[in-house]
Amino acid sequence: MKNIIRDSVAGFKTLVVGMRVTIDQFFRRPVTVHYPHEALKMPDRYRGHIELVRDPETGKSLCIACKSCEKACPSDCIFVDGLKREGEKRKSATEFTLDFTKCSLCGACVEVCPTDALRFTKSYNLASTQKQSYFFDLMKRMEEQKK
Amino acid sequence: MSFLEIEPFRIALYVVGALAFVGANAAYLVWVERKAAGRFQRRAGPTEVGPAGLLQPVADAIKLMSKQIIVPPGSDALLFRIAPVMVMAPALMCFATIPFSDSIVARNIDVGLLMIFAFGSINVMAVMLGGWASRNKYAIISAARVVSQNVAYEIPMLLTVITMLMVAGTLNLHEIVKQQEAGFWAWNIFRLGTNPLMPVTFVIFFTCMLAETNRAPFDMAEAESELVAGAYTEYSGMGFGVFFMGEYANIVIGCAVATVLFLGGWGSPVGFLPGVWWFLAKMYFLIFTVIWIRWTFPRTQFYGLLNLSWKILIPFSLATLVLTSIVMKIPRMF
Ligand code: SF4
Ligand code: SF4
Repeated sequence: MKNIIRDSVAGFKTLVVGMRVTIDQFFRRPVTVHYPHEALKMPDRYRGHIELVRDPETGKSLCIACKSCEKACPSDCIFVDGLKREGEKRKSATEFTLDFTKCSLCGACVEVCPTDALRFTKSYNLASTQKQSYFFDLMKRMEEQKK
Repeated sequence: MSFLEIEPFRIALYVVGALAFVGANAAYLVWVERKAAGRFQRRAGPTEVGPAGLLQPVADAIKLMSKQIIVPPGSDALLFRIAPVMVMAPALMCFATIPFSDSIVARNIDVGLLMIFAFGSINVMAVMLGGWASRNKYAIISAARVVSQNVAYEIPMLLTVITMLMVAGTLNLHEIVKQQEAGFWAWNIFRLGTNPLMPVTFVIFFTCMLAETNRAPFDMAEAESELVAGAYTEYSGMGFGVFFMGEYANIVIGCAVATVLFLGGWGSPVGFLPGVWWFLAKMYFLIFTVIWIRWTFPRTQFYGLLNLSWKILIPFSLATLVLTSIVMKIPRMF
């Protein structure tokens, strides 16, 4: 008898504590933003698909077409081709494609690159009904970004 | 003779007024609920339709009304159609006797309290019929739950009501409020002289009210995570819409009765503002508490629900009943 009363009173107290917690949240500002109208900034370490980094001096890609990334990629989604241009000490990439349908965003390519020519983008708004739209031509993408 | 005293006018006025009040409340309590749910979870709630999402209920109503009502093959077509009506109609009836202020009451019935509880229990039967008529296993499980839940919670609720009756000595809601008019400390919830456990009685009444209206954490009938939508699974369009409105109408009535019985009805604790505003303020505060409780506690297990009623609420409400009768009788013996 005594136990039941004590348990009921204790139980009721916990309910009141719970309600105090929620009412406390009620009077605080919402933490969500109103998505298509506003969006949160992606955190620094967010991983979108990869892209090529441009050399800030020459404006060209830092890639030397060493194909390390192509080999490192566990999902086999990178293809690089390059040639050695006249008067340049290093090779440069002519073609760099990414099959994003298979990419697991593991980061092996970014890590292995000797010239830091790859980085993750912050893009997360990818949506398409066609598979082809996820085959990215990263060279072309970089060129387009220049404009 | 003023125009209000002519009976047909009074009835017409009451019907229009009650329909408008119930409709507006049902529509905008959904909005309030969604907004409040958002705030409790640190979200913004509806914002897109109209300023602050205020036109959301209108959009919802248009959507529901434009949908076809599908009667599932093999169901009991008649009961299936009647069930939503049976949720809504008794709720409307109950409004007839609720005194919003000293003068605003459609019909001041001597047995008003009895009438409200008589009609109030039809609501549960309607949910049960709807579930039964749907010919859907989830709906039938839900119907069975509604019945056992209702049996379990009607008892402590009526026991607390009997306690209140002994204190008030009348079933007339108008009279009950009149007795509490003296101010804050005359409200039944604080009348510790008649029963030192009055606040406990109020908590028991409020809990039972939540269970009777199938509100979280006692929404076993609609437990979406286990029963799809329970008794409402097969209802589409306005069939579902009416059930939904009926739920809110019943919450309004439950809170209005709690206000009348325990919180002094239209009585003002400080003395300014006309009574009806005080009544609405108290009632909406209780409704907000109902929403607040819903977004605080998870749904109970079914056994937990029955245990709570049979092992805690019924003994406690019996105890308050006995205590009240002792406290009221003893002084008269000497
Ligand atoms: S992130 Fe991983 S899977 Fe994606 S391209 Fe780079 S190495 Fe391949
Ligand atoms: S590892 Fe770097 S430098 Fe080598 S091919 Fe890949 S991106 Fe170009």
